[in-house]
Amino acid sequence: MRMPEPDGAVIARKRAIVETLRTLVPGPGGVIFDEDELRAYETDGLTAYRQIPMIVVLPSSTAEVSAVLRYCHDEGIKIVPRGAGTGLSGGALPLADGITLGLSKLNRILEVDYPNRCVVTQPGVTNLGITRAVEAEGFYYAPDPSSQIACSIGGNIAENSGGVHCLKYGLTTNNVLGVEFVLMDGTVVRFGGKHLDAEGYDLLGVVTGSEGLLGIVTEVTVRILRKPATARALLLGFPSSEQAGDCVAEIIAAGIIPGGMEMMDKPAIHATEAFVHAGYPLDVEALLIVELDGPEAEVEHLIERVDAIARQQGATYHRASAGEAEREAFWSGRKNAFPAVGRISPDYLCMDGTIPRNRLPEVLARMREMSERYGLRVANVFHAGDGNLHPLILYDANKPDELARTEAFGAEILKLCVEVGGVLTGEHGVGVEKRDLMGAMFDETDLKQQQRLKCAFDPDQLLNPGKVFPQLHRCAELGRLHVHHGKLPFPDLPRF
Amino acid sequence: MSDSWKPTDDAQVLEAVAWASAEEVPLEIVGQGSKRSFGRPLQCERDLDLSGLSGITLYEPGELVLSAKAGTALSEIRAALEDARQELAFEPPDLAPFFGRPAGAGTLGGTIAANLSGPRRINAGAARDHFLGFQAVSGRGERFKSGGRVMKNVTGYDLPKLLAGSFGTLAVMTDVTVKVLPAPEKQRTVLLFGLDDAAAVAALSAALGSPHEVSGAAHLPAAVAAGSSVDFVAGAGTAVTAIRLEGHGPSVEARCAALREALAAGGPAAAAQEELHSQRSRTLWREIAELAPFVVRPELAVWRISVAPSEGPKVAATLADLPEMLHYFDWGGGLLWLGTAAGGTAEEVRVRGAVATVGGHATLLRAPARVRLAVPVFQPLDAARAALSRRVKEGFDPRRILNPGRMVPEL
Repeated sequence: MRMPEPDGAVIARKRAIVETLRTLVPGPGGVIFDEDELRAYETDGLTAYRQIPMIVVLPSSTAEVSAVLRYCHDEGIKIVPRGAGTGLSGGALPLADGITLGLSKLNRILEVDYPNRCVVTQPGVTNLGITRAVEAEGFYYAPDPSSQIACSIGGNIAENSGGVHCLKYGLTTNNVLGVEFVLMDGTVVRFGGKHLDAEGYDLLGVVTGSEGLLGIVTEVTVRILRKPATARALLLGFPSSEQAGDCVAEIIAAGIIPGGMEMMDKPAIHATEAFVHAGYPLDVEALLIVELDGPEAEVEHLIERVDAIARQQGATYHRASAGEAEREAFWSGRKNAFPAVGRISPDYLCMDGTIPRNRLPEVLARMREMSERYGLRVANVFHAGDGNLHPLILYDANKPDELARTEAFGAEILKLCVEVGGVLTGEHGVGVEKRDLMGAMFDETDLKQQQRLKCAFDPDQLLNPGKVFPQLHRCAELGRLHVHHGKLPFPDLPRF
Repeated sequence: MSDSWKPTDDAQVLEAVAWASAEEVPLEIVGQGSKRSFGRPLQCERDLDLSGLSGITLYEPGELVLSAKAGTALSEIRAALEDARQELAFEPPDLAPFFGRPAGAGTLGGTIAANLSGPRRINAGAARDHFLGFQAVSGRGERFKSGGRVMKNVTGYDLPKLLAGSFGTLAVMTDVTVKVLPAPEKQRTVLLFGLDDAAAVAALSAALGSPHEVSGAAHLPAAVAAGSSVDFVAGAGTAVTAIRLEGHGPSVEARCAALREALAAGGPAAAAQEELHSQRSRTLWREIAELAPFVVRPELAVWRISVAPSEGPKVAATLADLPEMLHYFDWGGGLLWLGTAAGGTAEEVRVRGAVATVGGHATLLRAPARVRLAVPVFQPLDAARAALSRRVKEGFDPRRILNPGRMVPEL
């Protein structure tokens, strides 16, 4: 992976930079510069890429974050923000000449406000930590990425994280009410709050999912929901992925939006069943988990309707969870799909495209063809409700050229997603992983317009350079307007 | 009278904007003009009328997605969705009558550009939450796109969020894609009578914090309730608090019963409850969404005030002595609609002062043009956000040719 050329002059000043940072972040363990300690930060959830950062700084307050950024802004030093380091696209991959700024010490929940149904928290609190803080009162925070036990809410905002309940409850962006945000020059701004809607441009919406390129989140307000009264899941097996896909479409056409709707293909079913013994049928080509949540009357009513639809669509296996233990068992396989695949293969690469759901059979067929051509196995788990596909490519990093072949296979899958009307990434982010594929989805004008937004926040491009955009342009160049004076346009344009 | 262009395809939009950019000629971007008097008055040499850029280009009910040209009439979108028993879940209100225009006017692009949402915003989200992707022409005179047609997408910056609510000041959208959802089978509304603002918002908060999936939570003080066309509301002779439940038949019935029981156990609401079914319920929520109490009072200036729900009653109380003050609450108390005699700066100072003490924002949704020129229509931003907004504008429309000054003078 080609990253921006490290600036030797900055690296040469490391000692002086460390001394200054120690005055800005004076607490114990606030500045890390020893090679051995730095190694803990060399990668995130995308472990194929590693780089030891020049320095790691762990501020304990908004004021410290602001001071560090202002200093780095004035000195022209690059910053890589880092939450819990669980991201899957390499968004927190360090730079040899950059400071990794970790938010792990900002780990307190500041306020739980039930009358207004929101929680105000520091960014280092885990996703699950928010739910834990409110579950005694029957509330929860809806987005549930599979790393929720470890991933931080600040990182969720940077990545606009999803989860298995997005179809009904939305992504992070639909559940965040406000942030405190520090710009690269140290300015502290607030977008949103406990109220709804933006008063000017929706900058909260813009910074959500901006992958650490626009600023650093130092405080978050999220909305919390009352836990549904009950939830039941159906396990449905089909002789073909087409039938499973049709079943999903029929459920939605019947006006039913399940809380969760997951599909697994045969390799994924077999890998997970061998690992967790969830009781999955092994003689089906595709397995659906459909979860209905809400009031008991609703769930009972819809379970029957969904089951009837599944029978019409040729389901050969169907089983409704009888109690909470069985519902959790149904999910245990799906939730352990990644480690299960990790058990049958030395390494795997998790892809993250989204497709229009009705193109699934075609995408799966072409993926099988690619799998043969590349000589690499692939297992598929799929957020069937929203079209988010996670192909897991199995490989062995110790075999020469397998990683390179795996990456080529992955890139071809993502290009296929775009070709059928989908996108490169549904919830993992672009980071470094998909950076060089951006051209498959966007043309040069699209990308330059996005980078002009970056220029509004960080004109010197010191925040997380080398991520998301395949090519860096100077803001002065991006701002230039190429004017072609001409006649009044088209005489044929209707005028009134 | 300004000169008007009415392009019928994307190439013509591009040509018009590129020319305007080169010649630095400001354009007023217009759909059907239903919300034209929302925002600061514009004085542009030319209008760019997008109502000719019309038609649904993709609608796949099973995929919950619809794409259309930006100038497509909202009425056409609604009709197509109704045929498949679907809808725009953010419940875009028809504000045309409120702005003194014929009912039913308005385009999909205009709805998104103003980020307009109805009562269901509290649980279904705003227009911006359903806006998946677009094609547009920037003020630089360049075509670009962002987002997509799938609902789970984090590829690049979320520019649809930026364009939603930007009032045409950044780019001219030509094509938009939105998420659509099944329309609820059934709805019921529980009414509580005689509560004051604070008690009502407390009851709404309890309902919204219950597991009964409330999709509408409004409070109409007596003066507003009296004007409703729904008999149970108008005839109450007192304040009416309304809580809507929607969804599948058996679910709505069960939740309605459970909610009534819970509310009755909660205190004074016990004595006075009523229940509205289908048509009456729909009518009431349409009145709430479409600002019916102010449609019949066209002389009033109307403020849209968004605060934390629990702060709504305090703000209303602080402003109770404004001349001819008339108000009601939506969004569980977090959205305060407030009408007052169309004065000007004095009222603005009062309203913004009240909001400043609790956090949130106030928008002057309707007022005579002279007032909208004299006082900030949108909530003034602090220095840091104002500077950031100017730089964002600079990146999209450096020559300020698109709706210049519609939101604030410098954008």
